[in-house]
Amino acid sequence: MILLHWIDNFLASIGRSTMALFASIGRVVMFGALAISHLIRPPFYGREFAAQVLQIGFYSLPVVGLTALFTGGALALQIYSGGARFSAEAVVPSVVAIAMVRELGPVLGGLMVAGRVSSSIAAELGTMRVTEQIDALTTLSTNPMKYLVVPRILAATLTMPILAFIGDIIGIMGGFLVGTNRLNFNSATYINNTVDFLEFGDVFSGLVKAAAFGFIVALLGCYHGYHSGRGAQGVGRATTNAVVSASVLILAANYILTEVFFTS
Amino acid sequence: MTAMIEMTGLKKSFGSNHVLRGVDLVIPKGESMVIIGGSGTGKSVALKCVLGLIKPDAGEILVDGKSALTGDRDAFLAQFGMLFQGGALFDSLPVWQNVAFRLLRGKGKLSKPDARDLAIEKLRRVGLKPEVADQFPAELSGGMQKRVGLARAIAAEPRIIFFDEPTTGLDPIMSGVINELVREIVVEMGATAMTITHDMSSVRAIADKVAMIHEGVVQWTGPIADLDDSGDPYLDQFINARAEGPIEAVR
Repeated sequence: MILLHWIDNFLASIGRSTMALFASIGRVVMFGALAISHLIRPPFYGREFAAQVLQIGFYSLPVVGLTALFTGGALALQIYSGGARFSAEAVVPSVVAIAMVRELGPVLGGLMVAGRVSSSIAAELGTMRVTEQIDALTTLSTNPMKYLVVPRILAATLTMPILAFIGDIIGIMGGFLVGTNRLNFNSATYINNTVDFLEFGDVFSGLVKAAAFGFIVALLGCYHGYHSGRGAQGVGRATTNAVVSASVLILAANYILTEVFFTS
Repeated sequence: MTAMIEMTGLKKSFGSNHVLRGVDLVIPKGESMVIIGGSGTGKSVALKCVLGLIKPDAGEILVDGKSALTGDRDAFLAQFGMLFQGGALFDSLPVWQNVAFRLLRGKGKLSKPDARDLAIEKLRRVGLKPEVADQFPAELSGGMQKRVGLARAIAAEPRIIFFDEPTTGLDPIMSGVINELVREIVVEMGATAMTITHDMSSVRAIADKVAMIHEGVVQWTGPIADLDDSGDPYLDQFINARAEGPIEAVR
C-alpha cells in the first residue's frame, strides 16, 4: 500500500514537472512572438537600441576574443597530436579554421555572451519589475515590450554574428600562433592552408547560428527578468534561470541548426 | 457631481487568494479620494486594475464615462499621473529625463531644451533645486526621490493622479511635507486624486473622501468629516490603531 502510494506520488511529480516544462516553453514562445510583433510596429526606440548594441555587442568583445584565442590555440595542439597518430599533422590549419568557424566560434562565443548578457538583462529587468519601474513605464504611455525588450533582442541578434566573425578570426589567429611558434609550421603555408580549405558555407552557417544564439540569449534574459519574482531572491532566481536556460537552449539549437546545414 | 472613476463589482483573485471580492467605488471629478485598509487587503490591486496593469477577473471600470478595459490605451493613459510607492524612478536616466519622460516621447513631444526647462520648473514646484536635474536617482535621498516621482507624476498635467503610499519610508517631517505638497498640487491642478495609504496623518491631510477596503470589499466610504464618528467598528479600529476589534490582528 505504501509502495503504491509512493509510486503514485513519484509518477505525479514527473507529470507535474513535465507539464510545467511545456507550460514554460509555451510562455517563452508567446513572449518571443509578442516581442517580434512589436519589433515591426512603431514607435521604435533608436537610442535604446544603440545603447544595447554598445552594451551587448561592443562590451562583449574582450570575452569573446579571449575565449576564441585560447580555444584556437588548444585546438591546434589537439589536432596536431591527434593527427600525428595517422601522420596527418598537415591538416592542422584547415581543421582549426573549419572547427572554429562552423562550431566553436559561434557556440563558445554564444555561451560566453549568455553568461555575460542574459544574466545582466535578467537582473536589470528583474530589478525594474520589482521596483515597479516596468509598471511606471506603462503608466507613462511607453510599452515596456517596445522600450526594453525589443532593443535588447534586436541588438543581440544583430551583433552576435559580428562578434562570432571577429571570434572566428581571433580563433584562427590563436591556432596560427601556436602552429607557427610551437608546431614549426611555416607561416605562409599555414595561412594558405587555412584560406584554401575554408568555404563560404562554413562561415555563413556559423554566422546564422550566432544570430540565433544572440536571439536566444536576449529573449531568455528578457523573459526571466520581465517575469521576475519579488525581492532580491526573485531577481537572483531570474538571473540564474536566464543563464542556465539560455545556455542549454544554445546547445540544443546548435545541434538542430547543424543538422539543417550539414546533413542535407 | 459627475463621477471620474467608477468601479463596479471589481473582482480579482491570484490563485486561491481572493484579493478583490466585488469592489464598488465612485470617485467624483475633482475630488481627492483616499483609500485605507490593512496591508494585503487589495488597495494596490484596485488601483492597478484602473490603470490596466492588472486585468480584473470581473467587474467594470469607467473613467470619465468610458470603459478602462477597452479602447485606445495611449490616449487613456495620457490622462493619468502616478506616484509609485518606491518612486519607481528609472535609474539609468538623470532626474530631469525621468521627470520629462512622457514629454520626450510620443505625440506632442517637446524638444530636449523645452522638456528640460519644464522638468526644472516641475522640480522647483516640488521643492527641489535645479542642480538636482542632472543627478541620477540613486544619488538622492528617499524623500528627494519621492519628490522627483511626484514631479514626474504631474509633469504632463494629468487630469487624474494616483498616489501609492506617498509617505511610506519617510520620516514624520518629510511625510508632512509630502502630504502638504500632494494636497496643494491636487487643489491647484483641479485634478481628481486617488491615494492609497495606511498613514492616518496622510488621510487627514489629503482626503476629501475616504474609503476603507477590508477583505476585498469597500467596508465604509464617506467624507473626511465623518471619519471619526462613522459608527463602523472596522473603521474605528483601523483609524484608532487598536489591536482589538473585528479586524483580526494576525493576517
